[in-house]
Order: sequence, then structure tokens, then C-alpha cells
Amino acid sequence: MIYMDYNATTPVHPEVLEAFLPFYRDSFGNPSSIHLAGRRVKAAVEEARERLAGFLGCEPVEVIFTSGGTEADNLAIKGVAAAQGGKGNHIITTRVEHPAVLNTCLYLEQKGYDVTRLEVDREGLPDLARLEASITGRTILISAMFANNETGTIFPVREIGEIASRHRICFHCDAVQAAGKIPIDCREMNASLLALSGHKLGAPQGIGALVVRRGVKLHPLIHGGAQERNRRGGTENVAGIVALAKAYELAQGSLAAESRRIGGLRDRLEQGIMARVPDVLINGDGKRRLPNTVNISFAGVDADSLLANLDLAGIAVSSGAACSSGVLRSSHVLSAMGVEPSLAKGSIRFSLGRENDEADLEGLLSRLPGIVERLRAS
Amino acid sequence: MKNRNDKKRVVVAMSGGVDSSVTAALLQEQGHEVIGISMQVWDYAKFAAADGEKFGACCSLDDIHDARRVAEQLGIPFYVVNFEEEFQRLVIDDFTAEYFRGRTPNPCVRCNQWIKFELLLKKARELAADFLATGHYARIAHDASGRFRLLKGVDEGKDQSYFLFTLKQEQLAATLFPLGGMTKQEVRRLAAGFGLRVAEKGESQEICFVPDDDYIRFLEEACGKDRLSGDIVDRRGNLLGRHHGTYRYTVGQRKGLGVAHPHPLYVLGVDTARKEVIVGGRDELSGDRLIAAEVNWIAPPPDSVIEAACKIRYRQKQVACRILPLTGDRAEVRFLKGEKAITPGQAVVFYREDEVLGGGWIEGNSCNE
Repeated sequence: MIYMDYNATTPVHPEVLEAFLPFYRDSFGNPSSIHLAGRRVKAAVEEARERLAGFLGCEPVEVIFTSGGTEADNLAIKGVAAAQGGKGNHIITTRVEHPAVLNTCLYLEQKGYDVTRLEVDREGLPDLARLEASITGRTILISAMFANNETGTIFPVREIGEIASRHRICFHCDAVQAAGKIPIDCREMNASLLALSGHKLGAPQGIGALVVRRGVKLHPLIHGGAQERNRRGGTENVAGIVALAKAYELAQGSLAAESRRIGGLRDRLEQGIMARVPDVLINGDGKRRLPNTVNISFAGVDADSLLANLDLAGIAVSSGAACSSGVLRSSHVLSAMGVEPSLAKGSIRFSLGRENDEADLEGLLSRLPGIVERLRAS
Repeated sequence: MKNRNDKKRVVVAMSGGVDSSVTAALLQEQGHEVIGISMQVWDYAKFAAADGEKFGACCSLDDIHDARRVAEQLGIPFYVVNFEEEFQRLVIDDFTAEYFRGRTPNPCVRCNQWIKFELLLKKARELAADFLATGHYARIAHDASGRFRLLKGVDEGKDQSYFLFTLKQEQLAATLFPLGGMTKQEVRRLAAGFGLRVAEKGESQEICFVPDDDYIRFLEEACGKDRLSGDIVDRRGNLLGRHHGTYRYTVGQRKGLGVAHPHPLYVLGVDTARKEVIVGGRDELSGDRLIAAEVNWIAPPPDSVIEAACKIRYRQKQVACRILPLTGDRAEVRFLKGEKAITPGQAVVFYREDEVLGGGWIEGNSCNE
């Protein structure tokens, strides 16, 4: 199989597997236990927290481990909203966020909060002047993603952080797609909160983290024991936490080289498709874009048919967002960017990663044009 | 012409039920490359969220889940296609509009006509499939002249050929009904034999998108309550009572009239312009002819009147008739004996013994003319 869907999930890095497997074998224990077994895993959790904090530009106490990116986003948004009491009720976000953010905001809106969803331009970027203009005395949070999962477009997060800090408003950054692909520094970008997910960067599914900077008032989402300094109840996912720190370390270590290599593959993939398939359109910001992602509209083709044909040909890619039944829905991201519906419904996301190579590229380029041609003819 | 027995790529329309699951398993056993597809025709999430419970329709989320699990069990690729918008426009909107026009629609035939054997067949072609297979109880025969014939399923009680009269030659050429030669009992036995997880599953309900088979509630939720309420009258226009919407009545209906009368009254027709439900005695329910519109001939279209048989509703024995082709894809059907409750909006399907010659949509009965 040629796997080009790294923005959906990634294979676990072999070294990550090595690092966390012992915690499923001999080094078991509950970090809250006072005996040796407990102390040993507690130490592993805290070491992982310290290392991850070091990579992200925050303090270890500012890292809360969660079950994943979605929980981290929920905790950030609902947690900040709940902690505000009656002081404010306005949240600013954008139309192109992940459902983890959009639907959390929608839920709060139904509970009486005001939500402003900023429009984006053709490249998928929000207007910063409009962002600043929509801040009111009751604004409690700006939630904006670091990089878009569908198009790879990178937001001007530092500028957004500046605006938020100037107005003394919390800035939550959903960095799920950026983590492990481009450098992240919470301090530099003035993020009050930052969410990431393990399985997007070579750790297993079921682990994520939320950075909550000191001074940010946050209520827990999950009540229970005193884990994570009372901000997230429940026995820690020790193996997952170890894996997340290890995966981030590996990604960080090879970031520059891998983004050059993968960026090169992506560019050749893009050029290869443009050269072989007529009537295609690249969606997103060509310059400010994740190195591994390209989103392409194939005019006159249904994405679900193209996806299924590629799948039958042994190629895994994706499109838009799938609902619980697995059916494709039109992409809210492309629609917010003003991509014509007829083009949006034929859009495919290729997202590359560590195990992709030139042979994958050739495999894709040898099969894709024929499939598109056949679909257009039918 | 493709040989229908060689190894082919076949897309199976999988609903998560016993029939389509066995269809997939059988074709796989015959050595074909089988791909399962479920159609999502309804935004289940919307309904689940609205009342916080499962939306109990035939193609509900649970059924797509079942179809997916069967596909996994068989080890075949499985995809879900989104036909929500098309199903709404072509099937549901037609269903509600027909009721508000005073007719009794048949959405299953429309779904076969516009969704399964049109859009899904197109998807199958896009997947480079040689055939689309469904779990319908009907048979397709290929005669020496190169023509495809549609035959009843051998299980009299399950025969679904009535729902397939709209099929064109090119659709029949690309379709397989592997269950047509079997009884439901055999199919259930096969399901158990294949060890299919859905072997014990019950039959699907009448209209997949109408919860609890309560079509009146469905129409009122879609279009508002008490529309078209008015008078219940006899054929001479005598006022007998009031009703709360013409769409609540269908020709031949006896219950729910709420009119006290010395002998049983039946709905003879509905006049939406006058908002009247017209009722009469059992003897008045009979008609000797009908006009069919949008007629599709699967057999060669006749030039003049033919002797045949027909069904004017699904659950009915076929009766002898004469069919006179008219211009504009219409036909007049004359019954040799009077037929009860000829219902505008329903399908009339023409048969000669086991063969479906064609069919059309019942336009009017004598009460509406």
C-alpha cells in the first residue's frame, strides 16, 4: 500500500514503539501509587513532561496530558469558558477550524455564548484586522489553528498571539497538524493554550496534550483524581505519554531534514500531477503551507469515486471530512475559502510522511492520471 | 457482450440486511471481485441529535454499520456513498408532493429508478465494475435476440419485480440479482451457512425514511399540520363529515373516516383542489380501466392492444387485462373484471406469466376524471 494520508494518522515510529512497549510489559504501575512500581512510572511520566515542555517552549507544569487532540481542544475551550464565570461570553474562532474546535464552539453557542467565526480568504487565511476588530469587552478566547488539516495552510499564529496578548485575551492554538512538522514555540507565539495529538507525529492513537500557560484560568473537563494537578482526572496513559515525548523528540531532531525531504517529495508530487492531469487546481496558500500537504481539486470528478479507485489501486489518500458512517461530506474548509462547490467535491488531500519515498511518488503518478481520465470520461 | 460467468468486478449494494449480505457472499464464493457499497440517503446524525435516539429506518446508521461489518467479515472493500441530497430531491420531495397532490406514491420504485439503478450504477461504473448486484428477488434473463428480460423471483411471497419495472435495457445489462432463483428460506439458510453476522436479522420496514411507518406524522413534520383539511363527501357532493388533511387518505381506505353511515364507506378518491375526500360504498370502489403514464416497456413495446396481466399494487395477485399503448409513453389498461381501489400514484406493472413486460404510473381512476 502507498500510504499518503499522514494528516489522518501516522504509523508508530519503531523507536517510539521501543520506548513505550516496556510500559506495557515489565514497567507497569500507577503513577499515583507510593510503592516502587508507582514511583518508577511516575518518574517516566514526569521526565516525558519535562522533555515535551522543553520542545514546546513552556514549563513542565504547563503540560496536561489528554486522550488526544480533540480532548485537548475541548479542555481548552470549555475549560477557559467555564473558568471565566460571568466575566465574558464571547469566543472568536475561524470557519476553517477542525471539528474539535468548531463543534465545541457550537456547543457553547447553544449554551448561550457568543461565537464569532472569522471568514478566510482564497488561501484559507483570516484577516487579522477583522480579527482585532471583532474583539469586544466580553471576549474571553481566540481559538485559531496553527496549520489547516485539509490544505496545510499555516496561520500567522505569532501575529494572532500578539493581538490576543495586547488585548489580554487567551489565545488557544490547535497545533495538532503543525506538531512534528514545523517548529512550535508557545512563548514566542504568545499562545495561552496549545493542543497537540500523538498519532499525527508517530506516537500511537489515544494520547495528546494541552499546554496551559501559567496564569490561564481553566476548569477541568474530566473530574476525578488529582492527576495532572487536578486539571484532568483519570489514571495517566503512561505508555502513551512516554510515546508522545519520544515521538516529539524524534520529529524535532529530524525536522529540518525531513521537511526538506518531504517538502521536495510533495513539490514533485504536485508538479507531477499538474503535468499529467489537466484541469486541476491547488487549494491553499502555496507559500505558507505545511511541507507535507497538498490539496488538489480535480474538475469533473467526484472525490469519493477517486478515493475508492485509488484505494482499490492500493493508494491511501483522503478528502474533506468523513462522518460517522464513513460517508464524505463537502469540505467546510474549501467552502469557506470560496472554492466552487463543483471543484470542492472533487478535492483530494495528499499528506506525506516519514515512510514515503520516490517509489511511492512514481506509484501514485503512474496510476492517478488514468483513473482521473476514466472518471472524467464516464 | 460480457460473459456473465467469468470473474468480474461486481459492486454489491449493501444495506446491512440479510439479502444484500448473502448477495455479496454468494458472488464472492463464485470467484468474483466484490466491492460493497452502502448508500447514505439520510442525514442520520441530524435525527439522532434532534430526539437523542436512534432513527429507526432501513438504511439507518446501524445498518451501514452492519453492512461494514459484513464487508469486513468477507474481506471485501467497502465504501459509503452520499446520496442525501439526491434522495431528498428525487424520492422524498416526490413522496410528499404526491401526497399533497392527492396521490399515493411508491418511493421504493422511485428509489430504484433514480437512485439505485441510476446514481449507484454510475458509481459502480466509476469503480470500473462490470456489474451492480442487489439483493432483489427478481431474475434477469438474456434471450437469443440479445434482449434482457425481467422475471419474477421464484419465491412468490418475496418477488420484488413490481419495484423494478422502470429498468431499461442498459441497466438490466449491467445488473445482477443473485437471489432471484431462491426462496427467502434458502437465503436465510445460506446466511447461516456463510456464518454472516446478520443471519438472524429481521426484515426491513416499509418505507426506509418514514419512522415507525407513520407517514402522516412524517408529512406533517415536513410540511405542517392540518394542511388541506376539508369535507368528506359522497359522489353526489353530499356532505358527510370533516377531515384533517386529504393526504391522510388513500383510495380504498375504510378506517379513520369518522363518518357514521348505514353501510361501510371507502375512500374513492381525493380532490385536493376542493380539499375533498370522496367516499362511497364498496361497489363504487371498482373500476374497469386506468391510464398509466411514464410507461416503460422492458419487453418490446407493442404497437396495438395486447392481452396480459397486471398488478396495481405490490401485495396483490396479478389480474388479466388488456393494454392499449397510447402516445406519449402512456397506456390504457382495461381489466377483464372490475378492479378495486385503483390508486393514482401507485405503479401498474404489466406481466405475462413470470415476465415483467413493463409498467407505468397510475394517473387517474374514474373518480378523478
